[in-house]
Amino acid sequence: MKKTIQRRQFLGTSLVAGAAVTLAGGTLLRSGAALADNVAGWPAKAFDAKALDQAMAASVGKSNVPVSPKVKLTAPTIAENGGAVPVTIEIDSPMTADDYVSTVWLFVDHNPTPLASQFDLTPALGAAYFQQRIKMAKTDNVRVIAKTNKGELMASAPREVKVTIGGCGG
Amino acid sequence: MKQWFLTLSLGALVGVAGSAQAVNWWDIGNLKTSPAQTLKESHELFKQQHPDLPFDKYALGAYAFSPELYSQYQEAMQFNPGDLTLSTGKALWDKPFKNGKTYASCYPDGGKGVAAHYPMYDSKTHEVETIGTSINACRVANGEAPLKYGSADMIALQTYLTSLSNGMPVAVKVDGPGATKAFQEGKAYYFMKRGQLGFSCASCHMAYDGKYLRDQIISPAQGETAHFPTYRAAWSAVNTLQKRIQGCNKNVGAQPQPLESKDYRNVEYFMAYLSNGIKINVPGYRP
Amino acid sequence: MADNIGNPMIRMANSAKKGEVVEVRSLIMNPMTTGLTKDKEGKPIPAHFIQTVSVTFDNAKLLDIDWSTAVSANPYLAFKMRAEKSGTLKMVWKDNQNGVWSAESKLTVS
Repeated sequence: MKKTIQRRQFLGTSLVAGAAVTLAGGTLLRSGAALADNVAGWPAKAFDAKALDQAMAASVGKSNVPVSPKVKLTAPTIAENGGAVPVTIEIDSPMTADDYVSTVWLFVDHNPTPLASQFDLTPALGAAYFQQRIKMAKTDNVRVIAKTNKGELMASAPREVKVTIGGCGG
Repeated sequence: MKQWFLTLSLGALVGVAGSAQAVNWWDIGNLKTSPAQTLKESHELFKQQHPDLPFDKYALGAYAFSPELYSQYQEAMQFNPGDLTLSTGKALWDKPFKNGKTYASCYPDGGKGVAAHYPMYDSKTHEVETIGTSINACRVANGEAPLKYGSADMIALQTYLTSLSNGMPVAVKVDGPGATKAFQEGKAYYFMKRGQLGFSCASCHMAYDGKYLRDQIISPAQGETAHFPTYRAAWSAVNTLQKRIQGCNKNVGAQPQPLESKDYRNVEYFMAYLSNGIKINVPGYRP
Repeated sequence: MADNIGNPMIRMANSAKKGEVVEVRSLIMNPMTTGLTKDKEGKPIPAHFIQTVSVTFDNAKLLDIDWSTAVSANPYLAFKMRAEKSGTLKMVWKDNQNGVWSAESKLTVS
């Protein structure tokens, strides 16, 4: 158990037992994630943040990022199933050693924990392109923020996806 | 005269052209109509309800009625999560029994093209045999214990065996009095109103296919079975037609039956026959 | 044998021309439970989800991803890669319950 807590403290928070509760956002007893073994290097603080601006502050470092047409986010207008919403992220970048997208963050504004994914890229990818399927708790905005190797931050326009209750589910 | 008037008024309610020659969805439930005639009327019904929808497109189910949802289906099909179950099924299929034989030895052509003809009526047992029951029959014949229906291994095997008929049209036969009786029992199940909501399968899937139930589009009965076993986002897993029937039973407030019950095998027989001609494509993908 | 977990698959072209950008698609079984749902008895279902995905090509880092519980069950991931030389693409998935899975795919570059 002690080894587990030490691994999760990599972000530099103090190695005090109480800090474990803070890290998990006070849900040590409720959320299974706080009790399980988080993978080394997994940014728990950012992923446990419960509000969008907190999540952005903990991951991107700021919550006000300019929208750029270079950051494209595609998602359906109406999700077939809120548990599996397909999203496509495409960022216009040469992806050369001098000029490439280094980090990409995907957020769902009002999910219980808004940060959905964090991507750490290398120029060898040749293209800043990802496709995933995500869960959305309700009709909401999905948004992407990208950072280049030069430190430049740019965001996609938020994309609204309607999530409704199915009639035939079961 | 009276029948024509009834047809016209009820036809207007369910959006069917009010002509004396029109097929009414409830008439397909007539237990005296032969299987071949039932199939003919079913084809007529769906052509009436969706005059511009080509027959082969019924393989898409509800997706045939919404381009937006269809594009999400196409994205999901770029890599169907059901394919993982398929690969598990293949590994299970290839693994020999303790006696050295494999599943392929139980089926003609090693299983290729076999699922297109299931369910089938077994005149020796007087029961409808499905892909699931045939897998257990194969196991028992080779000294292995039967698998529990609905278990992960059984579903994986059903998926793999059915996939060996991918691209082939459903070709279920109903020949002879025993088979016809089972078919009519399946039809009776399909048309019987059940549960707190008092819906029959037909009340939705023949009367209101292509239309919305809350925010989901109801799939048409025609072509329904060709994509099962299917991955469903709602299950986050692959499962069978009968599992879906259990779910539908619960949705209308009716008590579900155990998998591979006589009723479920009979209704699967009926449903598959109505899907004759639609190309099999498993595992499917549905919301 | 069919445990409904792991069993990763990678789909990628086997060969490409130098400089071509190829699409890589991957799938792995994992419940990706959020820790926010309860079972039939009302007991909370612990969060069980893949947290990291590491992609390397001939052991050189290509892409590292961190996932939250917001990624759908049986997670699908597609990305692109520039074909520079022949070699092996390797993906390693790790979940929060000590699960580790890997898969490889070979690429021939002409």
